[in-house]
Amino acid sequence: MKKMVLLGDEAIAQGALDAGLSGIYAYPGTPSTEITEYVQFSKQALQDNVKYSWCTNEKTAVEAALGMSYTGLRAMACMKHVGLNVAADPFINSAITGAIGGLIIVSADDPSMHSSQNEQDSRFYGDFSFIPILEPTDQQEAYDMVHYGFDFSEKYEIPVLMRITTRLAHSRSNVNVREKREQNIPLLPTDPIRFVLMPFNARKRYKILLDKQPKLLEESENSPFNKYLDAPDKTLGIIVSGIAYNYLVENYENHQLPYPVLKISQYPLPKKLIEQIYNECDEIMVIEEGFPFIEDKLRGFLGLGSKIRGRSDGSIPRTGELNPSIVGKALGIEYSTGKSAPEVIVPRPPSLCQGCPHSVTFEALNTALGGQSTGRVLSDIGCYTLGALAPYNSINSCVDMGASITMAKGVADAGFHPVVAVIGDSTFSHSGITGLLDAVNDKSPITVIIADNLTTAMTGGQFSPAVGRIEDICRGIGVEEEHIRVFEPHYKKMNAIVQILKEELEYEGVSVIIPRRECLVTLTKRTREERQKAKAEKV
Amino acid sequence: MKKDIIISGVGGQGILSIAATIGYAALEANLYFKQSEVHGMSQRGGEVQSHFRLSDKPIASDLIPEGKADMIISVEPMESLRYIPMLSPDGWLITNTTPYINIPNYPDLDTIIAAIKKFPNNIAINAEKIAKEVGSPKSANIVLLGAASRYLDIDYDILQNAIRTVFRKKGEDVIQGNLRAFEVGRSIFNNLK
Repeated sequence: MKKMVLLGDEAIAQGALDAGLSGIYAYPGTPSTEITEYVQFSKQALQDNVKYSWCTNEKTAVEAALGMSYTGLRAMACMKHVGLNVAADPFINSAITGAIGGLIIVSADDPSMHSSQNEQDSRFYGDFSFIPILEPTDQQEAYDMVHYGFDFSEKYEIPVLMRITTRLAHSRSNVNVREKREQNIPLLPTDPIRFVLMPFNARKRYKILLDKQPKLLEESENSPFNKYLDAPDKTLGIIVSGIAYNYLVENYENHQLPYPVLKISQYPLPKKLIEQIYNECDEIMVIEEGFPFIEDKLRGFLGLGSKIRGRSDGSIPRTGELNPSIVGKALGIEYSTGKSAPEVIVPRPPSLCQGCPHSVTFEALNTALGGQSTGRVLSDIGCYTLGALAPYNSINSCVDMGASITMAKGVADAGFHPVVAVIGDSTFSHSGITGLLDAVNDKSPITVIIADNLTTAMTGGQFSPAVGRIEDICRGIGVEEEHIRVFEPHYKKMNAIVQILKEELEYEGVSVIIPRRECLVTLTKRTREERQKAKAEKV
Repeated sequence: MKKDIIISGVGGQGILSIAATIGYAALEANLYFKQSEVHGMSQRGGEVQSHFRLSDKPIASDLIPEGKADMIISVEPMESLRYIPMLSPDGWLITNTTPYINIPNYPDLDTIIAAIKKFPNNIAINAEKIAKEVGSPKSANIVLLGAASRYLDIDYDILQNAIRTVFRKKGEDVIQGNLRAFEVGRSIFNNLK
């Protein structure tokens, strides 16, 4: 058997390629980016003509994947947890239309918010959409589950949600890979009416979805990924899901526990197995990465029945990522911690790279706004979010993709002027364009800075969908030509830049200012690659 | 055999290259390993760490339990101290002494070095200087890996092969530079003993 060294994200991608994937669609977002990036650079994917696409946002990604599944081909859409909010509409409705070709939606949660604005748990989406969920424990399961998930999706004609968390996404290990199988053959559906969710048909389809549920439950109860591991000491039973299983067994010699353990990696929750452990044990400890999803379901609103412990009752901290020490302590295991860190160390928050074009833009903006910057600059999600920190302290909000322009409009509608939105080129294409149209339609007095570094920088330099067409898009939406201002953000041009900003801040309508200079990280990488290529050609 | 290693530094200092090298070596040596790394926002000049776990038995957790790390390899002196609570009492602290100063309140370097020297098992070297001396100025990370390599229980030639694999895409000059950096790093350990 062939072995590969793969990140959890890469194991999913390689698993998909080996399981006959035909297309993968995504918008970059930590910790999910490396799934699609792996397919992008995979020779196997190129050879087998597997389509990959960096989409404008997660909604368009899920819709494209659903379209491919509609033709019977296997498709995947990948996003970070908050991306699933953007894609919620097609995601939930895809359960009602159902899938034809295997369809897997991967959502990567970020407990502890390493690179995110919240730590929402994607399992709730699967639950209320009636979509089965796979939650891999390790890289090997992540790989194997893709094959299983595609088959499952095709068998029950339903999309499958794969939920991972940061630690699995970004942890590397050896993975055994199998022979690849062929892709499906594309055919138009014989009953396309099922995709027409007009009320008369949606009612039928919704009933079909509900009727599938007992079968899905039965599958969970017999799933190779859900395991009941019996043990003699019944004073405690442990229900554990996904990666938390690793933290649990890490605490015991040879990974053998004295208590019965129910490991859950496939949902809907396996009811019979849960009843079994609940009836056999005096107390139940639920250990899960993310929200107390299983725990709260078991306890119920009224908290009846035998004692359930976990994150909700405080036995395990309610927020943040788990680790072996947290899980061990919850089980009463003594930890001899190392020495405490010397007092001399200070935090080192992330910061803009030295020479980053955004730093010029922020300094110019601070100057142009004089003393009145506080509270007037609404911003967005990307590297430029770091402009909220010292030394810039330039921006006052970061809520969700695209919210800079629309929130700025709200502030302007409340009577403030000047009001500024700062958004990046990729975020603008993701969710900024529609908001800009709102602002133009209302002639809202806002100054929109589209900080264009020609890439999706924060996630490592993926394709940015609107690059090269940003002015055209703004014009097309109706921004006036004379209020679209483009310049190169360099310190030596500071006076001219401040002047442009001041002029547009005064204008009582929609202005778009585009500071455009390539991200230093992608520039360095590109230059190095070009140099190597030139060198290779010489030889 | 079990080695739990924290690799630390600042985003962009080559922490992932150290981890990748040990990873390829582990694969060739037929060992189990898990290596967790940081992507995303923290990579932009922030503090980053990678947990590397190596064993001849299957490994459960991707993260090292508190107080159980056998070694900290740090490309930056202050960052080497940040993860001390992870280090076991007889663990090794192997660090670069060249600071990476991208914050206004970076502490006094002598105080940091003194704190490092307090640990009984420490190797504190100016890896930046050594890397320059061997004509491979960007290989401070690999100098440190060399210094740590005696504790890895992996054959020297397997580690050399891994360096070749990791830097293959960057061309033969980069490979050779890193191999020299690795060798000098490894010899520092011999001189200390």
